[in-house]
Amino acid sequence: MLEIKNLHCDLEEDSEVKILKGLSLTVNPGEVHAIMGPNGSGKSTLSYVLSGRDGYEVTEGSAMLDGADLLEMEPEERAAAGLFLAFQYPVEIPGVGNMTFLRTAVNAQRKARGEEELSAGEFLKLLRAKAKELQIDADMLKRPVNVGFSGGEKKRNEILQMAMLEPRMCILDETDSGLDVDAMKLVSDGVNALRAKDRAFLVITHYQRLLNHIKPDFVHIMHDGRIIKSGGPELALEVEENGYGDLLAEAGV
Amino acid sequence: MMPRAKLKAQKVEAAETLLAERALPGGGAWLRRAREAARARLVEMGLPSKRDEYWRYTDPRRLTALEAEAGKLHDTQGEAPVFDGFDRLKIVFVDGVFDADASDALAMEGVEICPLADAAGMDLHWARDLYGALEARGQAPVERPLASLNTAYATEGLLIRITGKPAKPISLIYQRSDQQADAILHHVIRVEDGAEATVLENGPMASRFNQVMEVDIAEGAVLHHIRAQGRDHERAGAAHLFVRLGAEAQLKSFTLTANGALIRNEAVIWLDGADGSAHIAGATVGDGAFHHDDTVFVNHAAPRCESRQVFKKVLRHGAVGVFQGKILVDQVAQLTDGYQISQSLLLDEDAQFLAKPELEIYADDVKCSHGSTSGEIDPSQLFYLRARGLPEDQAKMLLVLAFLAEALEEIADPAYADDLRDRLEAWLKRRG
Repeated sequence: MLEIKNLHCDLEEDSEVKILKGLSLTVNPGEVHAIMGPNGSGKSTLSYVLSGRDGYEVTEGSAMLDGADLLEMEPEERAAAGLFLAFQYPVEIPGVGNMTFLRTAVNAQRKARGEEELSAGEFLKLLRAKAKELQIDADMLKRPVNVGFSGGEKKRNEILQMAMLEPRMCILDETDSGLDVDAMKLVSDGVNALRAKDRAFLVITHYQRLLNHIKPDFVHIMHDGRIIKSGGPELALEVEENGYGDLLAEAGV
Repeated sequence: MMPRAKLKAQKVEAAETLLAERALPGGGAWLRRAREAARARLVEMGLPSKRDEYWRYTDPRRLTALEAEAGKLHDTQGEAPVFDGFDRLKIVFVDGVFDADASDALAMEGVEICPLADAAGMDLHWARDLYGALEARGQAPVERPLASLNTAYATEGLLIRITGKPAKPISLIYQRSDQQADAILHHVIRVEDGAEATVLENGPMASRFNQVMEVDIAEGAVLHHIRAQGRDHERAGAAHLFVRLGAEAQLKSFTLTANGALIRNEAVIWLDGADGSAHIAGATVGDGAFHHDDTVFVNHAAPRCESRQVFKKVLRHGAVGVFQGKILVDQVAQLTDGYQISQSLLLDEDAQFLAKPELEIYADDVKCSHGSTSGEIDPSQLFYLRARGLPEDQAKMLLVLAFLAEALEEIADPAYADDLRDRLEAWLKRRG
């Protein structure tokens, strides 16, 4: 589904700053991949480059989603193609109601895919059901997007958007950061409910604890813009016990 | 720099030249006296000049010239005017002249409405205590000569006395038919104790307009004022709103401005009684040769009053937005709660926003805050929306409307806010 080959990128404003240095990764439908790594290894940059944020220059390599060249698309085209990024820091948008935002997004994507837009009634019914599962109350839906939300509320709101948009390729960027144990369980349950044969996840995290809740099929260790080791869930436990030091040494970095 | 005395002499000379050919309109004693006094004030002050501190950001020459400049009539292409869908008492002015045939009967329970032209023939009128009186009071601490010019020469306008809670809003509709009409309109509104009403204003009015609205809101009374200055672009005008609030009285005034070559909206508000509340807000969208000036003065003259000024401007292609806003808190006005925000969203590098926020506080136990910002669309918000599938244009539109939302929220009835929001959206869409 997602095929990243030898991806290189540097900062647009300073081409001397190279962040991704030849990253390759293949994610098949139904799989959950976790990317772990120390701070500064380029994990979040990978999520931004894949979702189309400005500020990065891809100098080499490719990233394809279902055979289509992601890097040639605008961010909204990537979203319509089925890519979703759950932000590490969800953005506050004063003046835009959460519900209005969700409905506009759902219908924009449907329109881009040539599907019929949802009526107000259909949308509301769907939203209420999904919001309930994530314990998101009516007040949170009425408030402006992410404004005044706690850390946990923001992350739950990201998962709600994911549930409403039903993307095929979900990237979760440090979704566990700023969450207490209860919130982590709620968010993980929301993600697990979305696991499906034709949907894949790329879970970016610094810590292993999220992976107790969202069980990955594959774990990759990222360092200095590359994946230096890949394995099964046991690799995450190794990081938990020994830190990144041994793995980095083993990889000769 | 020009010596003050010389500038003053020039301003007075300009006023005398303007008035030389114009006889004061006649009328009953109450009105004649008010007109003579206003004329005398004007001659004393002189006409405003770009050299006045108060006119530093806006050149008044188009407003003070002997003749109005002609302006093209806008082709609305069948688009319904704002407030069209609302059940309201319609009062129509064409080129600044009351049109009885086009208006509803001036009768509704809870309100008395009399055209100024009719009242002028009477020897006595309840409006005599207000007509020109609030304008005269508004000449300090800064002079507003255009308002005195208006008081002296206006023959059109409405005297509205609200005695109850009229079922429908009073809707003043300003149509244009002449390319060069020079309109002078003067309204007086008195909201009696405990009464409550909504006054709507919309329409292009004239190629040049000078409007004054004097409002007296008595104890516990409430006035909602919603104004939409849109449509025809080739216009210049000044509108003055003078409002005096009694104890526990409330004012909510909102103005939408789209288009207009030069528009200056002044508001002067006195919170004279304890526990009053005055909110004044404006949303402005300007594209191209557009100069819009909001000049606001709020005086807290009694304890425990609350005031809010919320002004938002979206500007591009050389459009200029000005905000001059002041909160003056008198020594007696303890426990004042004053708030002022003026913000601009500049959609390109050619647009300009000039802001002069001021606070002057003589009481020691008050809460006053003010802020002014100028910025562009936040790239992280734009990316967030696009990452969720909104095309760039749609995402930008949503953010522009979100920026204006805080001003629109000052309208108490969301039905009006929604109508105006739809207008803004259509305006933005037309311009791409």
